[in-house]
Parts: sequence; C-alpha cells; structure tokens
Amino acid sequence: MIEARDVSVDVAGKPIVADVDFHARPGEIAAIVGPNGSGKTTFLKALSGELAYTGRVALNGRDLSAMKPAEIAVHRAVLPQATTLSFPFTVREVVKLGLVGGRSGVLPGDDTRLPERALARVDLDGFAGRFYQELSGGEQQRVQLARVLCQVWAPVHDGKPRYLFLDEPVSSLDIKHQLIIMDIARDFARRGGGVVAILHDLNLTAMYADRIFVMHRGKLAATGSPQDVLSDDLIEKVFDCRLRVGVLPARNMPFVLPQSAA
Amino acid sequence: MVDQSIAGPVMASASEGDRSGRARIVILLLCLGLAAAVFLSLTSGASDASTVNVIGGWLFGTVPDNAALSARDSLIVYDIRLPRIILGMLVGAALAVSGAVMQGLFRNPLADPGLIGVSAGSSLGAVAVIVLGATILAPVTASLGTLALPLAAFCGGLATTLVLYQVATRRGQTSVAIMLLAGIALAALAMALTGILIFMADDRQLRDLTFWQLGSLGGATWAKIASVGPIIVLALAAMPFLARGLNALALGEATAGHLGIPVQRLEYTAIIGVSAAVGASVAVSGGIGFVGIVVPHLLRLLIGPDNRYLLPASALLGASLLLLADAVARTIVAPAELPIGIVTAISGAPFFLWILLCKRGIVDL
Repeated sequence: MIEARDVSVDVAGKPIVADVDFHARPGEIAAIVGPNGSGKTTFLKALSGELAYTGRVALNGRDLSAMKPAEIAVHRAVLPQATTLSFPFTVREVVKLGLVGGRSGVLPGDDTRLPERALARVDLDGFAGRFYQELSGGEQQRVQLARVLCQVWAPVHDGKPRYLFLDEPVSSLDIKHQLIIMDIARDFARRGGGVVAILHDLNLTAMYADRIFVMHRGKLAATGSPQDVLSDDLIEKVFDCRLRVGVLPARNMPFVLPQSAA
Repeated sequence: MVDQSIAGPVMASASEGDRSGRARIVILLLCLGLAAAVFLSLTSGASDASTVNVIGGWLFGTVPDNAALSARDSLIVYDIRLPRIILGMLVGAALAVSGAVMQGLFRNPLADPGLIGVSAGSSLGAVAVIVLGATILAPVTASLGTLALPLAAFCGGLATTLVLYQVATRRGQTSVAIMLLAGIALAALAMALTGILIFMADDRQLRDLTFWQLGSLGGATWAKIASVGPIIVLALAAMPFLARGLNALALGEATAGHLGIPVQRLEYTAIIGVSAAVGASVAVSGGIGFVGIVVPHLLRLLIGPDNRYLLPASALLGASLLLLADAVARTIVAPAELPIGIVTAISGAPFFLWILLCKRGIVDL
C-alpha cells in the first residue's frame, strides 16, 4: 500500500502540488488525471522519491524519505514520459538495465531470459538486437516499459506488493498497443501488485482504473471510482470543457465523447 | 505464479542484441595486444640492449658471453625501459578510463577530462610547482620532494572539479549542460592563470614547461612510479564499481535513481576518481591528448557502451596505445626523442575525424 498525506511540492519556489492525499492499494489501478500543468507528473515524482516534498509518503508501511534508492527500487519501478539514451545501446541491453538492482523476483536461472520475455510481453518480439535509437517513439516507450517490468517482474516480492508508476504510458502508442499496455497494467494488479498511472484518455481511464484521482491546479479535485468521479460538472470545472459524460448501458461504464462539446 | 502469457514463446536466439560475449573476446585480445606492446617496448629503443638476454639471465641464470655488456643491458632494461613502460601503461589506462567514465557521467560522448577543465586545473597545479617551486612554494616542495608535482596536479584537478560540481548542482540535482559550460569557463581561467605563471618563468623553466606540456614519458623513474602509481592504481581500482551505475545513468539521472542507483554518491566517486587519475597522469607526463576520447569511442564501436566491459577494455587499449606511441616517439628520431603528446595527437586526431566521417551515428547528440 502506498499512502500519501498532505503532500506538497515546491519547484523553484513555486507551489506545484499542494496538500494532496493519495493512496494506491495492491490489486488496483489508481489513475491520476487532470489538465496539462495540474501537477500530475510532479506529484508522481514526489511519490517515486525523485523530488523533495513536504508531508508524508509511506511505501508498504515505511516512510519513503527514510528509504535508500536501492530499497525503494525493490518496491516500485517508474516509467517516465520519455527517455532519451546517450549511447548506442541495443534494445536488449536497455531492457536488461531494469535488472541493475538485481531484485526482479524471478529465480536466478530465469534472469537471462527475462529481457526477451519482457519484450514479448510488450509486443516487441524479435526487437532485442535492434538499436534503441533507431526505433520509433512508440516502440521506444514499449522498450522502456519492458525495462520497467524487468525491475519488478514478480508483482509480489518477499510477501510485499510492488508498484508500477506509469507516467502517460500510452501517450505515444497506437490503439492496439494502448490496450496491450493497459492489459499489462491490469494483469500486474490482478496478480497482487499495484499500479499508479497518469492518463489523459478519460475513456481508457474509465475502462481500466479502479480509482481515479483528479488533480486541478496542484490540488486534488476529486477521488473515487470512475462512476463516482466522472461527471459533467467535474469535467467542466477541471478541464474547462462543457462535455457530457455518457454511460454504456451494459456495464455502467462512463464515456466522454469530444463531439458532445456544447 | 507464472501464467502462460508471461512465459511467452520460446526465443529462437536468446543472445540477440547481447554483445557481452564479443566484449569478452575483445578484452582477451586486448590483453594479448598489451603483452605484445610491452614486449615490443622492452626490446626497442635508442640502444641495442637485448631484453631477451636480460630476461634470460634473470629467469634462468644463464650468464651471457660478455658480462660488461650484460650489466649495461640490465641497467637499460630495468632502470630506463621498464619504469617507462610501467608509467606508460598507468598513464594510458588512467587517461582512457577517465575519458570513458567522464563520458558516462555526463551522458555525453564528447566529455573528456580535457574538455571540462580537469586537465587544465591539473596543469595549473603542476606549472605552479615548476615555476614557483624554488621561490614562493619552496617550503612546500622541499617537504614533499618528488610528491609535490603529482599532489599539486591532483589538487588542481580536484579543485576544478569540485568548483564545477558546486556550480552545477542545486538541491541534489546536477545539470550536465551547466557543468559542461562551467567546465569550459574554468578551463579558460586555469589556462589564463597558467599563462601568468609561464610569463613569470625564466628561460630554463620555460624549456622544461614546453616539453612537459607537449607530454612525455621520458625521465620515468622508479621514484616517479612510487609517487603517482598508487594514486592511479587506486583510482583505476575504484572505477569498475561504477560500471553498473554508469550504465543506468545513460537513461538519465532520474531513471538511474528509480533503478536504485545512489546517483549523487556515484557522481562524487567518479569525479574524485577521475581527478586523481588525471591529476597524477598530468603530473608525470604532461598533456597527452586524444587517448581519453579516441579509445572509448573506438571500443564502443566494437563492443557497445556497456561500462562493465568498456572500462577494462579502455584501460587495456589505452595502455597498449600509449606504449606503442611511446615506442614511436623513442625511435623515430633516435637518438633524440619526440614528445609523445605529438605522436598521440598526430595519429589520434585524423583517426578520430575518420571515425566521425564513417560512423556519424556514434555521436548522437
């Protein structure tokens, strides 16, 4: 379980995130949504130990600020929005960097095959020998996800859940791979891990998220299940867009059509 | 709990994209190459001293026909060539590994101790000792003896790097761009201060300085090795522990941190190690250029950028290349000697340009 209380982050003297309460449970996908510049990425950076924050963050019951980078890396892996690489690594070498900490959670003998398995998982079978820098943006994003999956391959390690932090994991992907990646996230959660994902597509969010945290101007504007949170009023207030939230009759799943703009 | 979808299909070639096997072979070949370079250096030179005789006498106790000649040979091999070879290997390895570590640290294939002011700072320290050693710094040089020069060079390099790091680091975040720019400024400042010292120098000091700045392994003695050898060996011994962290750093500081690397500690260790190795090298051999940038680039083409293999391979190739360059420097205008810095620059610079022409992709900025 990840618990954040009253988390605030100042960047260069400006408050970017203010008093955010947040939690991510194992078995669930927690989605963070909000307009551009609402502090989603900054909050995720605080949660991953990358930025200094005030308030309290607990990772599996331990105070995050008291943990060393290597200890944190055992419990969570982070997929950034985009990653540039400064040297000509092959795809396999990049994915293998996920194993630098050495706690994938698989048996030692399986480690050597892990990069290939992770690549197959993100639909990049046969890409191991290619150079990372020669791939398209979407393919690079999936290579990075494979690296992140290697780091926390077993969703539960030493009896404790592990977490995937995904910052806009599907932003540069086609529709097929958006679904593949979100299925990977859901599968990770179902097998006992936890997922924290920043998403922009409200329909994907409604489909996959167990809990939505809506951020607006650095603060938490709403939290709850997709059915509770996604409403006409909230969309208008937060996204400054008069849209109508529709509901599929079958599974009571909300959807938002841009054509409904008034 | 492994489900079928994760087990995935059986891979036809599990080693695709894995260059570690090739890297091991290259390292093995480099070991043989270094052994050959050592043998060549031992047996070649301005004198016709035969190393085979000396080693034979040393190993098997066989007494050569002419005892007087053997004593001369022994002197040349043990007191002139051998210390020079050991110093050359130390300096070559130090420069090449420092270049590779700097490039990994700055995630920039152009980074080189020469570029960010480390060498310039070391030079300033060394020149200060050469010019002021008899006057203002006399108490210091008198008490430190032969250690004064390497220590001054080390302090100059370390001071430059620490200032650089202070300027570039805010709240635990290091900006590579600021560090590179600040390094250029610091290098200019150190060179200007060195210029003032050169301006103050007398004729004899000027000649010493000129030759020292061109770079030379001449005048290598066991005493010099005793003073800088431990510094370089310690610094080189620390570098392999940085390899995995430097690999992760290729993904950026934030991502390296996410992977569990203590980034700040890694950067400090690398900086101090590089300052020590470069400072010690500059102190004994002056400005030997292009080893730190050519060697890692050449090896990245062969074995890829994995620092676990790149760092040892750089050490081996750097040592071999410097021995070969020194052999050329010693023999091409024998009995006179060419400064080795000229040899490395004359062969290194066109070679580097050729790499850039053929493989534009290796510098992906």
